[in-house]
Amino acid sequence: MEEEKTFFELEKPLIKLREEIRKLETDPKNKEKINKLKKELKNKWKEIESKLTPLHIIQIARHPQRPYTLDYIDNLIEDFMELHGDRRFGDDPAIVAGLGFYHGQTVAVIGHQKGRTTKEKLFRNFGMPHPEGYRKALRIMKLANKFGFPILTFIDTPGAYPGIGAEERGQAEAIAYNLREMSRLEVPIINIIIGEGGSGGALAIGIGDRILMLQYSFYSVISPEGCAAILWKSQEAVSLAAKSLRLTSKDLYELKVIDEIIPEPVGGAHADYEKTFKNVDKYIRKNLEELKKMSPQDRLKYRYHKFRRMGVYIERK
Amino acid sequence: MEKSLWIRCNNCGKILYKQDIIDNLYVCPACNFHYRLTAIQRLNYLFDKNSWKIIDEEIQPTDPLNFKDSKPYKQRIEESRNKTSLSEAVINVMGTIDGIPVIMSIMDFSFIGGSMGSVVGERITRAIERAGKEKKPLIILSCSGGARMQEGVLSLMQLAKTSAALSRLDELKVPYISVLCDPTTGGVTASFAMLGDINIAEPYALIGFAGPRVIEQTIKEKLPKNFQRAEFLLQHGLLDDVVPRKNLREYLIRALRLLLNQPK
Ligand SMILES: [Zn+2]
Repeated sequence: MEEEKTFFELEKPLIKLREEIRKLETDPKNKEKINKLKKELKNKWKEIESKLTPLHIIQIARHPQRPYTLDYIDNLIEDFMELHGDRRFGDDPAIVAGLGFYHGQTVAVIGHQKGRTTKEKLFRNFGMPHPEGYRKALRIMKLANKFGFPILTFIDTPGAYPGIGAEERGQAEAIAYNLREMSRLEVPIINIIIGEGGSGGALAIGIGDRILMLQYSFYSVISPEGCAAILWKSQEAVSLAAKSLRLTSKDLYELKVIDEIIPEPVGGAHADYEKTFKNVDKYIRKNLEELKKMSPQDRLKYRYHKFRRMGVYIERK
Repeated sequence: MEKSLWIRCNNCGKILYKQDIIDNLYVCPACNFHYRLTAIQRLNYLFDKNSWKIIDEEIQPTDPLNFKDSKPYKQRIEESRNKTSLSEAVINVMGTIDGIPVIMSIMDFSFIGGSMGSVVGERITRAIERAGKEKKPLIILSCSGGARMQEGVLSLMQLAKTSAALSRLDELKVPYISVLCDPTTGGVTASFAMLGDINIAEPYALIGFAGPRVIEQTIKEKLPKNFQRAEFLLQHGLLDDVVPRKNLREYLIRALRLLLNQPK
């Protein structure tokens, strides 16, 4: 198989162009030059974009500069108040939960949180929650349900943490319980996959009325690395596993698992935070408006059937 | 097990008369090790004689992703069918236990590791919905390596689908007993298997979210003795009880009578 260039290699000319534009922007006289470079940037991106493989998309989804949950909270939510702990065992920094205002309306926001520096990464456990993270998430969602606040969840995790303590405290039960309870919360729930949708650990905060997905995120039953190791017994098969699993936003839209794809700006979400926040805001706002018009009963019925019809099988007469 | 009359127990190494193990529901009479049963074997010793019927067999697997690893997914299904004489990794059964009508789903590990794809999810969901509609208690015997990779994210969504169906059953106040058999891991544990009104397991069954090898590789240390075994889960408050196979039918009858408020 031909060796694939990584996304990091592909994006090098883009980084250079963005750097040049940034330098020129200090002087208003450079407007024409800037426009020319911006056009070049756009064309270059179009060229790269058309050739992105699923493995590239995974690299974008895991890009160290990709916006994380707290970045969205900082930009879309006013007066965010983080609430801690599951009232059972502890507080899990791999999941952020709290209340805030979204366009003047109190909402609960829940999301996986990754870190950027080594210290932060360890603190956030690389965005891999323990059971107490899922239990905290549900606690805050139930709080929102009590007061009629819509719920936004931001999904970005390699998966639920595989560790001794996590198993001792019932990782599977915590996830299962969230799936069951989220399916019957009466308030509108919007799930947004912003990066990695790592299996059950992602789904555990991923039950809602609308599932939105950033264009270059992925959502999968298993990581391509894990899949390659189990089914192909080789790490060289990661690219093949990534293709086979059908885990990109386009795949998920075709498989009718997600409702809408949120487009990413030139260069990917990490290249233009402002534009990314604007797009995400637009999609959340539109969907929330639609959901608020429905009665709770209709929303619950709709939510049930949304997941009820997922799956592909043959029905013999 | 081989065709000869005598057999060596894989667990304790004792040479035993094969018929003794069979008569003991495939539990070693010497060391009490519970060998894996097929779904049909479980059905036969749990239901009242001639009371049961296998249902929902019209739901059949396909290959939505056109998946091919070392062999095509379609071929894997075909091979499992020939090996097991089952059409998928779960059978739905309706019948009676000590005269009590129940709906039961029984998983079979020998069918692609008991993995849950669209068919398993759909059949389990239908069993749950039927239990709700007919107001008959639901029993699920899980035995699964988790979600089926060959159906990708569609398999993952079966966790959501089955759990949502269980929330409706919960609201209808129809009892659900979950029996976790060796092994129950991944997406099956993280959905319906852990959502029973009563959750019980067979002795020494491996139960967990992550597989022990994945955990070992992640934390880079040896796992404690009996880690993720049924007794370990009982000790950590995650199960209502560990029930030996020979007592399971009796246990289910007692639990059903209590949950249904039906004294003998
Ligand atoms: Zn033995």
